[in-house]
Amino acid sequence: MLRMQGFDLATPTSVEEAVALLAEEGAHAMAGGTDLLPNVKHELVEPRRVVALAGIAELRGVERAADGGLSIGAMTTLDALAKHGDVLANAPALAQAASLVAGPQLRRMGTLGGNVLLDTRCQWYNQTYFWREALGFCLKKDGTACHVVESGSKCVAAASNDTAPALITLDAELEFANADGRRRVAIKDLYKSDGAANLTIEKRDLLVRVHVPATPAGHRGAYGKLRERNSIDFPLLGIAARLDVGDDGAIARADLAAVALPARPLALTKAASALVGARPDDASFDEAVANAVEFAHKQLHPVENVPGDAAWRRAMARVYVRETLRAAATGSGPVHGR
Amino acid sequence: MGARDVRGPGAPWGRDGGEPGENGSSAQDFRVIGRPNRKVDGLAKATGAAVYADDIALPGMLHAKFVRSTRKHARVVRVDASRALALPGVHAVITGADLPIRYGVIPWTPDENALAVEKVRFIGDEVAAVAAIDEETAIRACKLVDVEYEDLPAFLDPEEALANPSPQIHETPDKPQKGNVSKHVRLEFGDVDGVFDRADVVCEAEYSFHGTTHAAIEPHCAVATYAPDGLLTLWSSTQITHYVHRALASVLELDPARIRVVQPCLGGAFGGKSDPFAFEFCAAKLAMVTGRPVKMLLTREEVFYLHRGRHPMKLRYRTAASADGTVEGVDAKILIDGGSYSSFGLVTTYYSGQLLGGPVHLPTYRFDSTRVFTNKPPCGPKRGHGSVQPRFAFEIQLDEVAEKVGLDPIELRRKNFQGQFVKTVNGQRITSNGFLQCLDAVERASDWRNRRGKLPRGRGLGIAGSMYISGTNYPIYPNDMPQAGIQLKVDRSGLVMAFTGGNDIGQGSNTVVRDIVAEELGMEKAHVRVVAADTDLCPVDLGAYSSRVTFMVGNATIDACRKLRAKIVEAVAEKWEVEPRRIFMGGGKVFDLEDREKQVPTREAFQIAEARFDTLGSTGSYNTPTLGGDYRGGTIGASPAYSFTAHVVEASVDEETGRITVEKCWVAHDCGRALNPMLVAGQIEGSAYMGLAEALLEVHDVNRFGLHSGPSLLDYRMATSVDTPELAALIVESLDPEGPYGAKEAGEGPLHPALPALSNAVYDAIGVRLRHLPFTPGRVLHEIEAARAREAVSTGGERC
Repeated sequence: MLRMQGFDLATPTSVEEAVALLAEEGAHAMAGGTDLLPNVKHELVEPRRVVALAGIAELRGVERAADGGLSIGAMTTLDALAKHGDVLANAPALAQAASLVAGPQLRRMGTLGGNVLLDTRCQWYNQTYFWREALGFCLKKDGTACHVVESGSKCVAAASNDTAPALITLDAELEFANADGRRRVAIKDLYKSDGAANLTIEKRDLLVRVHVPATPAGHRGAYGKLRERNSIDFPLLGIAARLDVGDDGAIARADLAAVALPARPLALTKAASALVGARPDDASFDEAVANAVEFAHKQLHPVENVPGDAAWRRAMARVYVRETLRAAATGSGPVHGR
Repeated sequence: MGARDVRGPGAPWGRDGGEPGENGSSAQDFRVIGRPNRKVDGLAKATGAAVYADDIALPGMLHAKFVRSTRKHARVVRVDASRALALPGVHAVITGADLPIRYGVIPWTPDENALAVEKVRFIGDEVAAVAAIDEETAIRACKLVDVEYEDLPAFLDPEEALANPSPQIHETPDKPQKGNVSKHVRLEFGDVDGVFDRADVVCEAEYSFHGTTHAAIEPHCAVATYAPDGLLTLWSSTQITHYVHRALASVLELDPARIRVVQPCLGGAFGGKSDPFAFEFCAAKLAMVTGRPVKMLLTREEVFYLHRGRHPMKLRYRTAASADGTVEGVDAKILIDGGSYSSFGLVTTYYSGQLLGGPVHLPTYRFDSTRVFTNKPPCGPKRGHGSVQPRFAFEIQLDEVAEKVGLDPIELRRKNFQGQFVKTVNGQRITSNGFLQCLDAVERASDWRNRRGKLPRGRGLGIAGSMYISGTNYPIYPNDMPQAGIQLKVDRSGLVMAFTGGNDIGQGSNTVVRDIVAEELGMEKAHVRVVAADTDLCPVDLGAYSSRVTFMVGNATIDACRKLRAKIVEAVAEKWEVEPRRIFMGGGKVFDLEDREKQVPTREAFQIAEARFDTLGSTGSYNTPTLGGDYRGGTIGASPAYSFTAHVVEASVDEETGRITVEKCWVAHDCGRALNPMLVAGQIEGSAYMGLAEALLEVHDVNRFGLHSGPSLLDYRMATSVDTPELAALIVESLDPEGPYGAKEAGEGPLHPALPALSNAVYDAIGVRLRHLPFTPGRVLHEIEAARAREAVSTGGERC
């Protein structure tokens, strides 16, 4: 077995305690540990101290806010999230995305917070030290060259968190705490296009809760996940769709977002706008979907960052955007195994 | 006298001399055999009590780790361990200079060193080994071993390695013209060219089979101790204790009588634990050097470098047939990518052609197979060694022939059935052969006649068949001793201990031995225990490969039991003053058939016999009869009995995404007799699962840098339960005259047809021939699009 690298372990029981610990040099927060610990074994992350968040009550639980929105503790497991009645009812795309992360065992350990802040992934990066040494390393870790884009100077490791595009369509806000206090960051401002470090927050920032604003009565959502194997695997492409249908039966608001492409989850704004005004229950919808698919396809350009056939991933963008939109309209998501 | 000598076509379980039960099954005659008895180690495994190699911890034990090559192909200029040795907690560092003697599982191709001597040949090749107080220290020390390399040109593609005789991956100064060829075999049976010249129908195509690996859940591990008196003991996760024993003696230059090799409980092997390995030599050597027990446990990544998995092959096949669908000949040319060492490659190269002689009768046949070295992890034997790849090509080609002559592909196979008790054109003796019953079973179960060719577009059925060996008469190293031996020790408590060199690797061979003893001696199963795969305690068996254990150890067990029974019967008969023929052992008792009042518990009978004959026990053995064709290589693939299989796969193809979903797979397998139908069904299902996953998901390859493309169980995608279709195991019992109670193998044969049957199902579903593995969705989509493009260009007939 690959050995764990050594680190100190801290087990704070309050946000304040955790924030103080995270402010120290070499500290690294751990939620479920399903991504961090393999990365430590691979010597991709070398924490001096791991701050385990499991003992902090404030990070747990899903609550209904006064305005009808949801306040989801960062330590809520993906399994609990996927099965939670309020989440299923008000944010179906999020529940569906959570239900397709990894496999059942990992979903019982892995958390929403961990998935939102998941490290980017690349076939040249998520490997052991020996493997990376034989490669000559890469610019995300220990090296200077990119092996995805030869002569590239910017890391293109892929955002691989299934929940991110769902949260983007839901306008989620993330509540962070640090020694200076608390603040909210809109999910669309959380990520940047640098695979080496795709988060705009700092190491010392602790994700406390994820706030999902109330969705209207006609809200519909779905998530579609492309992978070769029907369990365990990270996405080769992830598509979240939101359709808010007005009282008149027409789509009043539409959103589409994608993940597992570049370092940043993408909002497919133009594609989504093609859907506004269409009616999910008549032929105008098919036409709108076809237009959305074409716009989305122009924006989705997978590169050979994650293991999998990039040409196939690109070809599948059309299928998954279309099917996820249809699933949102009919409430039949998630889409997978196509 | 071996067990085989008391049998023959008139064996008690044979067709003619048998005592079949009322329903045509003679299983009712047995008390233990033929029942779904729980495995001897089932509870221990399920509860976590089973002791695997890594569970062994000895006082003062050190942990060892490898320094591995970061180069594809390079001269090792210098290995400097001084910085590593200076690290506190490091006890020893060994290099190639400490283990200079070469080895290889095939005695004719010893091209491996435990640690690199002069050269490294792939990324992951072992260069040095470090023993330290714990794994962390050993890992840290490995990073402090300085290795200086001088890179050599490397070959990742077999065509390229073949085209460039220099540099040689394995230098042969006496024969530089060998280049990078590992083994070349060309055998021709009959007038192949003549047959093709005259044939009504010729199908010709290229096929390719990618690399896959075993991925047994237990990574390899060894623990060694070297006692002060010079006795070496090695516990190792091996499937062939005997060859490890021999190799250790040779490489370590020790008296084999001063070496003990033990196989603890094993967590799967599938062929991947057949070679003697560097970790075994190094654990032993480090124990000798340090005087402390040493454990060497590989990481999952290292298991991928160790590999010895399925050889990638490029296969060009031609099949000639008459207009009525009679297969007349096959001509095959095969390029085999061997990776960096020979391993079993000599056998692989022969098997790539020698195991095609059934169940379809081939009157003429030629194969020309070339195994080439490349700078990649070494290939070797994986479940269905050497014959899964040619079977893939040939069974698709049979489908193409059937289409061309207008026959149902099951009918084509029936028409060309070779029959039983026949000899193949390459000299193999076929005994029992239940292939027709296998075809009947899958045809019926899948409702083939009503559904094949009639399902909606995108859904189809495909058929394929195969044969496989039940052991081989080729014993790896030439000798006239038995291939399997067993010893029974009888205790006054009523216990019989069976000592067998056979390796139980999860297939259940220890259970088979227990059940045979209980059956033969009429005992309770709980009164039989088995000690296996310990070279100090057990007579030699050649190990768990080539699907030989049930057949050979089973026969040896029957042999030993009958000798023992004769003694017990004789002693009891003498005491009761009756004819021995009246004495019967059954139900935990020994009694007089003609006077049932006269009976004693088996325990008492053992005591009577011990008093009469002295300490009680017996030995038994098995050796194959002389088999095989009278030509060089004619014995390779010659088996005392062959198993036969037919699969029907039902598949759906999503033409928009290229994704293939196997809906159901029916497998009918002729295993002679199912000694334990639960274990047989498990082997059938496990084989089909593995074959389908190889076709659809698993890829063992290197990237453009020569690095393994994903040496982890995340990136090497094995099928999970949700990726696995419903599997129907249909057992066909042909009752072989030479197998134990008529049994043949069940662990490897049922894998073969899975892949071509899937390809044939895809053809039925969408009319596209998939000839190139793997069938990952991106590649399948590409093939679908290419086929559509071809259709658009030409409206001519389907290429065949």
